[in-house]
Amino acid sequence: MSLAADVLQGNRRALARLLTAVENHSPDAVEALTKLYPHTGQAHLVGVTGSPGTGKSSLVSQITLALRKSGKTVGIVAVDPTSPFSGGAILGDRIRMRDLSGDPGIFIRSMATRGSLGGLARATANVIRVLDAAGFDIILIETVGAGQSEVDIAGHAHTVLVVEAPGMGDDIQAIKAGILEIADVLVVNKSDDQRAQNTIRALRAMIELSSSRQEQTWINHHGQLTAVLASPDAPSEHNGTHWEVPIQATNSLSGEGIAELIEILDRHRAYMQDNGGLAHRRHMQVVAEVDALLSETLLAHLLDRVDRSRLATLIERAVARELVPQAIVELLIGDFL
Amino acid sequence: MTEMKVRVLVAKPGLDGHDRGAKVIARALRDAGMEVIYTGLRQTPEMIVETALQEDVNVIGLSILSGAHMALVPRVMELLHENNMSDVIVLVGGIIPDEDIPQLKESGVYAVLGPGSRTEDIVNLINKAVGASV
Repeated sequence: MSLAADVLQGNRRALARLLTAVENHSPDAVEALTKLYPHTGQAHLVGVTGSPGTGKSSLVSQITLALRKSGKTVGIVAVDPTSPFSGGAILGDRIRMRDLSGDPGIFIRSMATRGSLGGLARATANVIRVLDAAGFDIILIETVGAGQSEVDIAGHAHTVLVVEAPGMGDDIQAIKAGILEIADVLVVNKSDDQRAQNTIRALRAMIELSSSRQEQTWINHHGQLTAVLASPDAPSEHNGTHWEVPIQATNSLSGEGIAELIEILDRHRAYMQDNGGLAHRRHMQVVAEVDALLSETLLAHLLDRVDRSRLATLIERAVARELVPQAIVELLIGDFL
Repeated sequence: MTEMKVRVLVAKPGLDGHDRGAKVIARALRDAGMEVIYTGLRQTPEMIVETALQEDVNVIGLSILSGAHMALVPRVMELLHENNMSDVIVLVGGIIPDEDIPQLKESGVYAVLGPGSRTEDIVNLINKAVGASV
């Protein structure tokens, strides 16, 4: 039987094997993904992002335990960084997820970024897809500890949680561009810390600053992600109502706030479904993915056609200050056009 | 373009809380370009094998300093066998008396690496073993 068929049957070993094939970009994976694709699109994809040490893994663990109590199955993709020096990685998110072991309704997979910089790995989209086809109700995607601009998750999830912890910065941090702009839900974790109220206040002030332009901002930020690609007839995500980004305080040790957070996740999913946002996000995600693949493939093809020996000569001339680097590019591109 | 990475689970089964050795190994394997899944302390054999299955690792490194290796290691090997995962290479490190080594190897352990093992040797051993198994 094929790997894809085994995955659809619920074979966990086959699932794990296929995820490896997907991560390694092996030819088996392409075949299996083609077979699984019609079975995808069922799961609620929830991204969990935020700075290192804000408690993302512990929060994922708590959310999962709560979801399991209501009978939902959960797939978890936990991404940690690859060393740019050795290509190796230490994947340690499972340390905080030990309470999840022994439950066949949960499947956890750790991934290294393997050189990708946006907070996820290049293969993450396909890893999510395989878990989706395997039938998990909810897939939690934990990004690397993301600083300010690792916003790739917005291109993959239906609902993005941005996790903050008390004492990580002032209100100017909160209005900087980047990660906070992609939040569908803001979570202030470690709510037992006495500074948690200050963090909540700063975040609320930030949301209020933008609320007069909320509708615009909301459309804009998706526009930002996919601006060059959006076709004029793309369905609008906005139909007159708008999502007010909620701020939920949680404590991953005591479990406080987790039930409320899950309610918010359900509410956001329903909201996205009702106002067409889900369809729009899915549409834009396919557009973005095809565009990225196209660029990557075309780039590889074109780079192959560059005359390497000529390039080397030109580079020597640039090193000798006879040519500006930009001129080399123009000379080489001339060959194609 | 297939790009294979060696994936290793470094686990501490049983009740001893000394994970410095495991961390040194995890770090060395990372520096050798491997992806190391580190699960923390006090793992049961069931937890270890479940993690190895989900993460589809090539290698499991068990670090045991408690003296309970003759109970823990055979159980891990048994579970691997039950899950059809006998192709996973198992290495044992920590404090293991010489006289226990033959029996551990008998149960399917690839190598026992006690104190004084050089990290370069461990890296080479893993590369060789994984190279032979794929």
